[in-house]
Amino acid sequence: MNNPNFYLYLLVMTGVTYLVRMLPLVLVKRKIENRFLVSFLYYIPYAVLSAMTIPACFYATGHMLSALCGVAVALFLALRGKKLLPVAVGATVGVFLAEVVMRFFL
Amino acid sequence: MKQNAFLRGIADGFPICLGYLSVAFAFGIFAVGQGLNVWETVLISLTNVTSAGQLAGVPIMVGGGTLIEMAASQFIINLRYALMSVSLSQKLDRGFTLPHRMAVAFVNTDEVFAVSSAQKGLLGRPYMYGLILTPYFGWALGTLLGAVAGDILPEIVTSSLGIAIYGMFIAIVIPEAKASRATALCAGISVALSCLFYYVPGLNQVPSGFVIILCAVTASAILAIVSPLPVEEREEDSHE
Repeated sequence: MNNPNFYLYLLVMTGVTYLVRMLPLVLVKRKIENRFLVSFLYYIPYAVLSAMTIPACFYATGHMLSALCGVAVALFLALRGKKLLPVAVGATVGVFLAEVVMRFFL
Repeated sequence: MKQNAFLRGIADGFPICLGYLSVAFAFGIFAVGQGLNVWETVLISLTNVTSAGQLAGVPIMVGGGTLIEMAASQFIINLRYALMSVSLSQKLDRGFTLPHRMAVAFVNTDEVFAVSSAQKGLLGRPYMYGLILTPYFGWALGTLLGAVAGDILPEIVTSSLGIAIYGMFIAIVIPEAKASRATALCAGISVALSCLFYYVPGLNQVPSGFVIILCAVTASAILAIVSPLPVEEREEDSHE
């Protein structure tokens, strides 16, 4: 892109993104004692991750069918107590195998 | 001990790095396809370190959108990070003085937040810096590879890698949901809302950054009222 404004766009983009991340982390320094807020913040990560995963994960690969296979493998491994890396790799291999099979039969 | 924590951080960050290679790869292909050059594309990844925001920002740059539009879109899409930063602020130990908080904030991505939340107790600087190190470079390297050599990898490989990040998310939520019915219920409510906003006409017009905030805040607030944490669990935390 030869647009001279690239660096101006970049500055705004980077500035907004960073401030949104940085300000709460810098301003909230004290330990939160309020029981509702403590509980709320405890649940937040799981709620955020759940909302980001479903339904988006079904559309993360070439076909919904292969995505379902990958998610099934991930759920199976996670329920068996496997850690992050094996679950992530397992899901990836699951999708790959499903797509190989689908190329032969679909 | 410090080095141990650093190495533990590196080990925990590595799966994130792997996932980023593929997501950033896709971004690299996308940005060059939109008309940015390789240097500009990599520079965006080095400075922003956020997938959705970058994907939304490039078309605004290329299409000659206004700076207001750029600022507003980034704010809406990335506002969820504010929520994550408040949550993360409670996990950092006393070693995190202002400059260190400012440094860690730079790479507080969805995945870094997810992994750090899953740790027990407070987190020290060595662990956090170990955790963000490889994802940051994985993000930049993936972007570079995608921008330079997007067509080399077969589609089936990039397609398969698309699920990696979600596999990680599942690996974080499932053990906690298995151990605590309240967390399982919270995840369930959040997923139900997220599906509503994805599939119901009208509701699916809401920007995805907002949807995540709405789902997470609603589900967490309900559970914080219905099933607040026992008080002693917090005291145990503060001794670490």
